[in-house]
Amino acid sequence: MAQLALVIDLNVCVGCHACVTSCKEWNTAGAAGPMTDQSAYDKDPTGTFFNRVQTYEAGTFPNTETIHFPKSCLHCEDPPCVPVCPTGASYKRKEDGIVLVDYDKCIGCKYCSWACPYGAREFDEEQKVMKKCTLCVDRIYDLNKPEEERLPACVMSCPTSARLFGDVHDPESDVSIAIRERAGYQLMPEWSTHPANHYLPRRKTTMNIHQDELIRADNPLKKEGLLSDLPSDKQTLDETTSW
Amino acid sequence: MDTTVNIEQQGGDEVKKTTCYMCACRCGIKVTLRDGKVRYIEGNPDHPLNKGVLCAKGASGIMKQNSPGRLTKPLLRRANSVRGEAKFDEISWDRAFQIMEERLSKIRAEDPKKFALFTGRDQMQALTGMFAKQFGTPNYAAHGGFCSVNMAAGMIYTIGGSFWEFGGPDLERAKLFIMIGTAEDHHSNPMKIALSKFKRDGGRFISINPIRTGYSAIADEWVPIKPGTDGALIMALNHELIKNGLYDREFLIDYTNAPELVNLNEKSSENGMFVRREVPEEEGCFEPQNKLWWSGKEDKAVFTRTPDADPRLLGGFQLEDGTDVKPSFQLLKERLEEYTPEWAAGITGIPAETIRRLAYEMGVTARDQKIELPIQWTDTWGKEHDTVTGNPVAFHAMRGLAAHSNGFQSIRALSILMTLLGTIDRPGGFRHKAPFPRPIPPCAKPPKGPEAVQPNTPLDGMPLGWPADPDDLFVDDKGEPVRLDKAFSWEYPLSVHGLMHNAITNAWRGDPYKIDTMLLFMANMAWNSSMNTEDARMMLADKDENGEYKIPFLIVADAYFSETVAFADLVLPDTTYLERHDAMSMLDRPISEFDGPADSVRIPVVPPKGDCKPFQDVLVEMGTRLGLPAFVNKDGGRKYRDYPDFIINFETEPDSGIGFLSGWRGKGGEKFMRGEPNPRQWEMYEKNNCVYHHKLPKSFQYMRNWNKGYLNWAHAHGLTKYEEPINIHIYSEVLQKFRLAAQGKNPGGRVPPERLRKRVETYFDPLPFYHEPLESQLVDTQSYPLNALTQRPMAMYHSWDSQNAWLRQIHTHNYMFVNPRTAQAQQIGDGDWMWAESAHGKVRCMCRYSEAVEPGTVWTWNAIGKASGSWGLSPKANESQKGFLLNHLISEELPACEAGTHLSNSDPITGQAAWYDVRVKIYKAGADEPKQSYPQFKPVKAVPGMPTKVSNVVARVFGFGKR
Repeated sequence: MAQLALVIDLNVCVGCHACVTSCKEWNTAGAAGPMTDQSAYDKDPTGTFFNRVQTYEAGTFPNTETIHFPKSCLHCEDPPCVPVCPTGASYKRKEDGIVLVDYDKCIGCKYCSWACPYGAREFDEEQKVMKKCTLCVDRIYDLNKPEEERLPACVMSCPTSARLFGDVHDPESDVSIAIRERAGYQLMPEWSTHPANHYLPRRKTTMNIHQDELIRADNPLKKEGLLSDLPSDKQTLDETTSW
Repeated sequence: MDTTVNIEQQGGDEVKKTTCYMCACRCGIKVTLRDGKVRYIEGNPDHPLNKGVLCAKGASGIMKQNSPGRLTKPLLRRANSVRGEAKFDEISWDRAFQIMEERLSKIRAEDPKKFALFTGRDQMQALTGMFAKQFGTPNYAAHGGFCSVNMAAGMIYTIGGSFWEFGGPDLERAKLFIMIGTAEDHHSNPMKIALSKFKRDGGRFISINPIRTGYSAIADEWVPIKPGTDGALIMALNHELIKNGLYDREFLIDYTNAPELVNLNEKSSENGMFVRREVPEEEGCFEPQNKLWWSGKEDKAVFTRTPDADPRLLGGFQLEDGTDVKPSFQLLKERLEEYTPEWAAGITGIPAETIRRLAYEMGVTARDQKIELPIQWTDTWGKEHDTVTGNPVAFHAMRGLAAHSNGFQSIRALSILMTLLGTIDRPGGFRHKAPFPRPIPPCAKPPKGPEAVQPNTPLDGMPLGWPADPDDLFVDDKGEPVRLDKAFSWEYPLSVHGLMHNAITNAWRGDPYKIDTMLLFMANMAWNSSMNTEDARMMLADKDENGEYKIPFLIVADAYFSETVAFADLVLPDTTYLERHDAMSMLDRPISEFDGPADSVRIPVVPPKGDCKPFQDVLVEMGTRLGLPAFVNKDGGRKYRDYPDFIINFETEPDSGIGFLSGWRGKGGEKFMRGEPNPRQWEMYEKNNCVYHHKLPKSFQYMRNWNKGYLNWAHAHGLTKYEEPINIHIYSEVLQKFRLAAQGKNPGGRVPPERLRKRVETYFDPLPFYHEPLESQLVDTQSYPLNALTQRPMAMYHSWDSQNAWLRQIHTHNYMFVNPRTAQAQQIGDGDWMWAESAHGKVRCMCRYSEAVEPGTVWTWNAIGKASGSWGLSPKANESQKGFLLNHLISEELPACEAGTHLSNSDPITGQAAWYDVRVKIYKAGADEPKQSYPQFKPVKAVPGMPTKVSNVVARVFGFGKR
C-alpha cells in the first residue's frame, strides 16, 4: 500500500516560513480548519499551526551551523498516537498512510499529543479538539484542481523546492530516490515509529586549489614583464650533473 | 468511511490574478475569492518572477487585508489635541481635498519648496517624483537614501548597473557564489529559487556576514566579518588577485578604463584625469573614445582601441610633451599594495590565510571554469564575436555593505573585484536587467541652482538625478544646499536617492530653511524609518515660541495605523495592494529579468475598505485641482479621470509614446516600449498574468555595456539616449572631478565651502580605499566596543506585518542576539534583561545567546518592536512591551566636527544612512528594573474608522471553517 510523505531537504531550506503560513492559509479555510488564533492582536498571541519551522544553532563560533528545521506530523508507519486514542478519533488511513483525526470523535483528552514523540500535534483551544497536518488531503485528491496543483500547500509554495511529496513505498518515486541517493533519514528511529517523512541532510561543496594552479604559463603579469622565466645566465642542473 | 475530510468543491470560487505587495519582491499571485472575500492567495505559476512559489508574507496577505489596524476614514487632528496623541475627527474626502488644495496652492504660488513630499517603500516613484517636479518642489525623495543607495550608486558609477532590481547574480550558470552582507533580499523569492537550484547543481556558496541567518544558513562556508570592514576585505582580495595574476587581462583591456593613461602632472588642472588627445565638447553623458593607451608593441602612446596595440596595464610612462602618465590599472595596483591579507585580517577578523584562499577560489574558478556559449554578437566597435564568454563567479551584496559611511567606496571595490574577474554581464557572473546598463553616470540630472524653483512652475530638472561633475550639484552661489535634505550639496554630492532620514530634523531646525507642509506616504518616520526615533517624534510635535508647530502641517497617507499616523494633522487612508491599480513601471523599478525588460501591474481583486482611496488617485486628483501642467488640458480642465486612466494615457512628452507601462502599447496593443496609448492596455495586462515580459534575442542578452545590437535596440525603444559603449570605471574620473574642485584645481568651476574641502578631497578618491566608518572616527570605540546591527527576517517586511495575526506569531518580539562570550563578560545570562547603550541613546531589551554572531557584534531583527497601541495591537502586545527598536541608539547626525555641526550620519559621498556604523556597549539590567523594553511611549488608542473592539479569536472573525 502507498505511504504518502514529505521529504524535506535541509540542504536548501533557508527558514523562510512559507510552508508555515501557506499551510495555515489553506487549512484554516479548508476541511481541516479552522485553525484558530487566540490573543491574535494582544499579549502572547498563540494559534494552531500544522507546520512550524524551528531554528537551531550547532557548534560554537566560528564553527557554527544555523539549521532551519520545518516540522509537521511525520505520518509514522507505526504511529503511537493512534493506539492511545480512547475514541478511535486518531487513525491511519490504509490507502495512503495519512494519519488523521476525526474531530467528531475527538474528546480533546490529549493522550495522542503525549504519545507523539515529535510534538507534532496541535490542540485547538477554541474547538477543544486535536489537530494536525493532513498532507492537505483535501487538495491532493481534488479532481477540480489541475494535476500539478494536487500537492500539499506547503509543497506548492516552498520557494527553495525543499519539500518533496510522494509515495515512499514506491521505490521509483522521486521521494524514494531522494531518500536512497541522498542519505535521507528519519527522526528518532529509536522510537520505532517509522516516520514516513524523511529529511535530507546538508551537503557541502568544497574547493581544493593546488599550488600549481596559481603559477601558470598564461599568467597575465608575464605580459607586463613582471614575471619572467629563469634567467638564462643561471646554472642549471643539466649543466652540472653527468650521470 | 472517512468522516473527517470532505473534499471541497471549489467550482464556485472566483480566481483573480494580480501582484503581491507583502514586500518589494512583486511576485505574481492568484487570489481565490469566495462570496467576494479573499479566501486563499497562492503564487502564480505563469509569472516569470516567482514561478508559482510564494513566501510566508505572501501567503499571509489575507490577514493583512483583515487586520484591525486598517485606517478606513480620512481624519483631521482634533482641535486642541496635540500631535502624537492620535485624537482625530473623521472627515470627508471632499474636505480633505479642500484642505490640501487651499494649503498647497498657496505654497505653490509663493515658494514651492515649502512643500516636501517624502515616500517610503512605494514602488510608484515614477508618479510621486513626477508630482513633485510638476508641483515645483525639489523636496522629494523616496526611501532609497536610508535603504541601500550606496549599492545603487557605488555600482552604477562603476559598471553602469547594480544589484537590486537592476541586475543580479546569474546563479543558473555560476560555479562559485559569494554573498556579502545580505540576510533577506528585495528579490526574495527569485533569490531562493535560484539559490536552491544552484546548490543542487553542486555550486559552491560562500556567505560573508557577521551573522549566520537566512540564506547564510545553507552556505557551504560562512565567513564571519566585523561590520563596516567589508571594504578592507575586498581590497585585500583585489590585492591578491592582482599579485597572483588572477585577473582577466583581456576583459580589462577591452571593456574597462584600466589601460587608459592618467595624467600625473600635479600642477595641471588635468591632474588625475585621463589624458585626452583631442578634447571636444563632451555632449551628453557618454564618454567619447578620445583617450590614450600605452602600446606595448610600439612602446608609445596611442589612441585607445588602436588595433594590435597590445596596451600595457602596468608601468609608468612619459608622453612626448613630458607629461608623466600611468595606466589606471597601475594606479590601482599601487593603491592595493598596502592592503595585504595580513593587514585586512587585523581589521576584518578574518584570518589572512582565509582571505588568500577566497581570492584563489575566485580567481581560479573564473579562469579555469570558463563558459563559452555559442552566441554570436557584435561589439560597439564592430568586432564580431562567435561566442559569449563567462567566468562563473557570481556575487550578491546588499545593505550589510551599503549601510555604512564607507559603503560607497567598499562597493566601488566590490564592483572592481567583479570586473577583475571578468564577470560583468557575462554568463555565470553579474547580469544586467533593463533599463540597465545605463551610462556612467545616467543622464538624468538634478537642477543646478535655486533658480530652478519658481512659483507656479514645474521644477527645472529632476528632483533626483545623477551628478557627473560639480556643475551638476544643486547648490546656491555660496555652494550651500537648495534641498531641505541637503542632497546634491557638497555635503553629500552623489546623494542620488536623497536623504529622507534628515528631512524631519532639517525641517524642525529650519536648516537650510523652514517648510510649511510635509506629506509622508507609507513612511514610518515616527518609528522604524527614522534614526534617533525618540527625537524625531519630539520634532514632529515640537512648537515654536508662538505655539505653532515647527513643521506647520503634516499629512500622512498610509493604509495602517502606523506610529507616524499619530502625529499627522491630516490622515489619508490608503488602500491595500489587493484593492488598487499599481504599475511596476519601466520609469521606476520594473521587474525586468536578465533576458529582457518586464513590467507588471496590480489590478484590484476586492473593493477598497471603508472610505480608503488609492494614494495614486489622490495624487492625480490633487495634480488636477492644483492645475499642475501634466494633469490638466490646455484649458486647465481635468485630463485624467483617475489613476488607471492616467496610466493608459500619460506620455512622458506629447506623443513620446513612452508611458508608465511598456507592454501592449499602440492603438491595438501591437507595440511595446514605445507606442501611442492603448485604451485596452489594462485588459491586456490582466489577460497576461499582469506582466509584460519582452525576451530579447540571445545575442542581446550578454555584454550589454558594449553590445552593438542591444544598445541599438535599447536606443530605438527609448531605454537609452545613446548607443555608446559603457566602459567600466576602474578609475573614476567623476570622483576625481570633485576632488580637483576641492583642491582648487578647477579654474572657474564650483568649489566646496571651506569647511567641506578636506572632506570632499579625502572621500572623493578616484580609486577605492578603506577608511574606518565616520562614527568610529568620532566616538570613543574603547567605551563603545561593539557593533550593533539589524537584519530583516524572511517572514516580516520592516514594520509592515505586526498587524498580521499569523506573522506576528512568528516574530512576536525581538531579542538582542549576543555571542555568549560577549554576554558572559558582562554577566548577562541567556534571556536576561540587558541594556545596549551608544554615545547617542540606550535601549533595554532581552538577551538571547547566539553562536551565529561574531563576538564583536550584537544584533536584532529589524522593526519588530512597535509603539504601544499602534498598528491595531493591544497596548500590552509583546511588540511594544518586550520588543524594541535599535533606532534609538543611532543618531541621524554625526558629532560636530570640522566639516560641520549638523552633518548627516551618512556616507560622505552618497548620503546613505550609516545605520550599521553604530557602536555600543552592553550591560545587565538591574534586578529592580521593570521587565519591559525601554524606551516606552504613551499608548495611543484606535482612531475613528478602526474597530473599537478587536476580536482576538481570528478564525471566527473571518468565518474560516464551517464549524
